[in-house]
Amino acid sequence: MDIFAQQIVNGLVLGSIYALVALGYTMVYGILELINFAHGEVTMVGALIALAVIGALLGVAPDLPGILAVIAGALVAIPACMLLGYTIERVAYRPLRQAPRLAPLITAIGVSIILQNVAMLIWGRQYIAFPPILPQATFQIAGAQVSALQIFIVLLSGVAMAGLWFMVQRTRLGRAMRACGESRETASLMGIDVNRIISTAFIIGSALAAIAGLMVSAYYGLAHYYMGFMLGLKAFSAAVLGGIGNLGGAVLGGLLLGVIEALGAGYIGDITGGFLGSHYQDVFAFLVLIAVLVFRPSGLLGERVAQRA
Amino acid sequence: MISALRARPRLNLALLAILLALLPFIAGELIGQSGVRMLDFALLYVLLALGLNLVVGYAGLLDLGYIAFYALGAYFYAWLASPHFGLHLPFWMILPMGTLFAAAFGLLLGAPTLRLRGDYLAIVTLGFGEIIRIFMNNLNAPVNITNGPQGMDLIDPIQIAGVGFTGTHELFGLTLPATYLYYYLFLALTLVAILVAYRLQDSRIGRAWSALREDEVAATAMGINTRNLKLLAFAMGATFGGLAGGLFAAFQGFISPESFNLMESILILCMIVLGGMGHIPGVIVGAVLLTILPEALRYLGDLQRATLGEVIVDTANLRMLIFGLALVLMMLYRPAGLWPSRQRQRELTAKGEVAIHEQESLADVQR
Repeated sequence: MDIFAQQIVNGLVLGSIYALVALGYTMVYGILELINFAHGEVTMVGALIALAVIGALLGVAPDLPGILAVIAGALVAIPACMLLGYTIERVAYRPLRQAPRLAPLITAIGVSIILQNVAMLIWGRQYIAFPPILPQATFQIAGAQVSALQIFIVLLSGVAMAGLWFMVQRTRLGRAMRACGESRETASLMGIDVNRIISTAFIIGSALAAIAGLMVSAYYGLAHYYMGFMLGLKAFSAAVLGGIGNLGGAVLGGLLLGVIEALGAGYIGDITGGFLGSHYQDVFAFLVLIAVLVFRPSGLLGERVAQRA
Repeated sequence: MISALRARPRLNLALLAILLALLPFIAGELIGQSGVRMLDFALLYVLLALGLNLVVGYAGLLDLGYIAFYALGAYFYAWLASPHFGLHLPFWMILPMGTLFAAAFGLLLGAPTLRLRGDYLAIVTLGFGEIIRIFMNNLNAPVNITNGPQGMDLIDPIQIAGVGFTGTHELFGLTLPATYLYYYLFLALTLVAILVAYRLQDSRIGRAWSALREDEVAATAMGINTRNLKLLAFAMGATFGGLAGGLFAAFQGFISPESFNLMESILILCMIVLGGMGHIPGVIVGAVLLTILPEALRYLGDLQRATLGEVIVDTANLRMLIFGLALVLMMLYRPAGLWPSRQRQRELTAKGEVAIHEQESLADVQR
């Protein structure tokens, strides 16, 4: 049963990263009913900026403790991504808010191509390695090997999610966001600056994406100009699985998708008698997505229906 | 001059026909073999863009996995006409079967996505495209079906009346390399496709598709069977893609999963967005422009090498960057495309005006 426990742990770690990215999708969708296609790319930019800062710092001061370097990287990457998210919304989505639905979707694809290629211009096509500066300790928990990094990832995403939950449920800003999610028009009649709230949703989502990007690159040990694409798709699938527009759903969907993927990749070889191997891992997210959309379009926790015309 | 041409549509058409017939010779003279190859590819992309235009432009279903049908058509051709399985069927048998094969997958993709709204549909189709690519990449073990990332080669060229489309041929006193023969074959099929697209547009089906695109609820209320029409749009689009894929496999002689990635799907989408969604001449212009533009960009690479001594901005990179910018700018400033249909233009501008009124009244209230 050790493989089982191990895959569950791996799945939960990966799933908590998916959940962070999924929150960004779901927040924007909750207010605007728009899929921010470029969100995965923000994750990639966050990871690459953080890595650049870490590399530069270690170049100047090789004796710097690893944790400090990573924190410094995050402190640069998070504001940079917040600015990026704000800019994307301002330039690509806001002017098209009243346009036919296809229009913002196509600009979103455009933005995501632009970000990928700008990243490729700056950082090149090669994989960028995450320097081995984080503690390597591992623990045995319930038959599974758990690394310090894995524990850290789960804890940090837990803290970020709790912070988001507090903000949305307990602050004025959060109440305004929920109001905009109910009805933008009514919210604006109540004196809420809808445009500011939308910008805020993009900014917060991008900050979470930056953290997720840093975590993914630390977890896999590398970053790459193309990493945002798959991550974004999977996180979107997670958001749909949980019920898009629902913050709790995004977290649940993320964790669930991570576990499904890990178990699927671990056992698909046995189930199909070796016909399909673990390199089909990426297929699971799509299968889950399609299955959810067919059988329960509103997701596990969602009330919104995905089929309105 | 132009008004004279407009006044004589028949003369116009005759001039166009002569130009199209002579085009490979002109390109061959000016640029050489690579110029003719470029024309061949431009025609394949016109086929693909016409097919995607049925789905996106007419029926309004955003399909981001369209390249999967191209891939299916290409692999189908390769399975039946290469040493891989030792089969060497003639092309006129394979191409119709290949288009049916692709159409079947079009239905397969269409069925679960019927109830989905635009943006969900985009993601699901994108996922479908990726699934197909992942399978092509990995179905080389334990049973070697696709030969994995290495791709399949030694695919039979097209053969008509004993003339194989390889090497050069002497016809009517002219020396014709294979690329010329492919040009005329592709041109003929493209013309048929254009005809089909026009007839579809003006048919009951075409009108029902545009009703579906404009307002699904109203279309249903008018008695339109939205389920069948959506499925038909997917299947028809897939047919065009499958045909182009089979031609591509025969023309290239080699296919690998790398040719069928997401960026290709987006490239074709760019073509129809740039040209003018739902407008056939616009779509054709978009496809030709975006096939030739990257070649022109290649000269930018040479220019950099000549002036700066090295290539600083990779041209493939630059190409995608320009596509991305073009998508965003087109949507912001010219959403109906470079050459839109009159109807589309009216729709889009009319909506814009309503939007401005709405915003103004909202702003008044806020003050």
